[in-house]
Amino acid sequence: MNERNERIHGVACTFRKVSDVFHAAEKVRDAGWKNWDVHTPFPIHGMDQAMGLPRSPVPRLTLLGGVTGFITGCLLTWYMNSYDYPLIVGGKPYWSVIFPFPVLYECTILFAAFGTFFGQFIFNRLPRHNHPLFDLPNFARVSDDTFMIVLEARDPQFHLDESRNFLQSLGGQEITVIRD
Amino acid sequence: MAHAHDSSSERPAILDKVRPAELPRSPLILNSRGFHWITDKVCGIVEEETPLWWKIMFGVALFVASFTFIGLGYLVSTGTGTWGLRSPVGWGWAIVNFVFWVGIGHAGTLISAILCLLRQKWRTSINRAAEAMTIFAVCCAGLFPLFHVGRVWFGWWLLPLPNQNGIWPQFRSPLEWDVFAVSTYFTVSTLFWYMGMIPDLGAIRDRATTWWRKAFYSLLAMGWRGGNRQWSNFEMAYLLLAGLSTPLVLSVHTIVSFDFAVSNVPGWHTTIFPPYFVAGAIFSGFAMVLTLMLPLRAIYRLHDVINQYHIDNMCKIILATGTMVGYAYATEFFIAAYSGNVFEKFAFVNRAFGQYWWAYWIMVSCNVITPQLFWFKKVRENHSLVWIICLFVNVGMWFERFVITCTSLANDYLPSSWGYYSPTIVDIFTFFGTFGFFSVLFLLFIRFLPLLPMAELKMVAPQADPHAH
Repeated sequence: MNERNERIHGVACTFRKVSDVFHAAEKVRDAGWKNWDVHTPFPIHGMDQAMGLPRSPVPRLTLLGGVTGFITGCLLTWYMNSYDYPLIVGGKPYWSVIFPFPVLYECTILFAAFGTFFGQFIFNRLPRHNHPLFDLPNFARVSDDTFMIVLEARDPQFHLDESRNFLQSLGGQEITVIRD
Repeated sequence: MAHAHDSSSERPAILDKVRPAELPRSPLILNSRGFHWITDKVCGIVEEETPLWWKIMFGVALFVASFTFIGLGYLVSTGTGTWGLRSPVGWGWAIVNFVFWVGIGHAGTLISAILCLLRQKWRTSINRAAEAMTIFAVCCAGLFPLFHVGRVWFGWWLLPLPNQNGIWPQFRSPLEWDVFAVSTYFTVSTLFWYMGMIPDLGAIRDRATTWWRKAFYSLLAMGWRGGNRQWSNFEMAYLLLAGLSTPLVLSVHTIVSFDFAVSNVPGWHTTIFPPYFVAGAIFSGFAMVLTLMLPLRAIYRLHDVINQYHIDNMCKIILATGTMVGYAYATEFFIAAYSGNVFEKFAFVNRAFGQYWWAYWIMVSCNVITPQLFWFKKVRENHSLVWIICLFVNVGMWFERFVITCTSLANDYLPSSWGYYSPTIVDIFTFFGTFGFFSVLFLLFIRFLPLLPMAELKMVAPQADPHAH
């Protein structure tokens, strides 16, 4: 029990100004950290570059959703109006890509939107209600007007005292250890 | 590249001579309010004790909404004969109200998606409420075609589901396209609205003091932590949803207009319908946004975040789309005259001077003439007047759909089958009640969900720029 309590998730520090946290993030990136994050009340313009993050993978699921939607629409209309219960309308072909196009179009958008929406949750590992960060007393201010840098213990560079000093050198305040 | 760089860094000599005036951007947040002020303002609306005006309004809204349910209850227990629909006008108020409400919804998506892609930052303070308006308007719209099917318990036959008759929907019908368009529109708008709200729900959760509030908002916030790795995916998903909603919203009213344009009825069978309907939808929707936001701004003292610049922009969009709608009315007349088709010519002369002439001239005066007042800055700065003009626009756009639907059906090819349509008291009850139904949903939204997007407002504040000093 005691050992579990001693498990450390990482160290956190807060900043009050956008420019301070932005430049601090650039320094953490340059120091070669991999498992760390900047918690902010709103997306800061250019922070992805400042953290050295790659492009978000969400568009892949959007494309997958869109293609799935289009094919689903084609199969649906073909099966219903041409295969299972063929309808003769004005001597036209039983199925073509033209007449149900509005349906295919809407299915494409619907499934692409599902891909995007659930993609955001999947890549963000959400929902998750039990994160150790929620136990920090000052974390509630991060959704208001405070910015927080968290260095995680699973990063190979992590040493409790050194990481603390590093955050101090970046100008971070309220340096806190986060326990799992 | 190098050349471009040189020319921009050197100040051209002419500038010293003419000394052009500095054109500062209009600030989006007045009185240089800070991040904490925004959080307090928006969360305060949800956290304060339920105000008296809200309780009264909610009671009134519930009472008005009951008219819809009385109307629909009577309709279901008796039959669609209780509506004023009979040959030759089989579409009447049912489709008029449907198109009216769907059209209102479109401004919400325009603000949230198209203005997002166009990087119009002023959209931030109104987009959440406008998106809510979209969703609730589509809820109201959906009632009409659903109950117009007659036996509403068979409404699910519209969906591509197997049924006991062994038959399927017919995908060549624009009405079936409408089922797909409107249900997709509702779903995608709801996803977009909810996803945009997650960070703000997280902010309310973090301030919650009572356990039920904590539980409710924790559940909705999905454990949002605001890490930049999350924001990166969130921002990408938001942009993609905006990109998907844009073609969606244009397609929805296009397909709604196909309900008319694909038929062979004079006055309906025109290619101008899709753009004309989309412009009209945006026109009526912006009028509804202003109708809702002006009182809310006054009640919650949101003058710093919804300022004259926002109101000016919305008035100008109403002016632009109203003028487009007026141009479309004129084009319809020109094409009818130019086509040489007697039925088409008759349909338009009949609209303006036939048995429904009064509806036509209400439509023209509300939609084409009233918005022209927005050319004047004095009018745009007089918010009571803006509000009244917006009411006129709402009325005018309802009459536009009435004119299109009823004049064409009441007097088509055969004079022997002409008729005159008027609604019954059941029609009137059902439509009147939808305003209450809409208000109930909107009041619940104001009370329990973040009315303004906090994260996006903070993003457009000048102190959010990491390179500012």
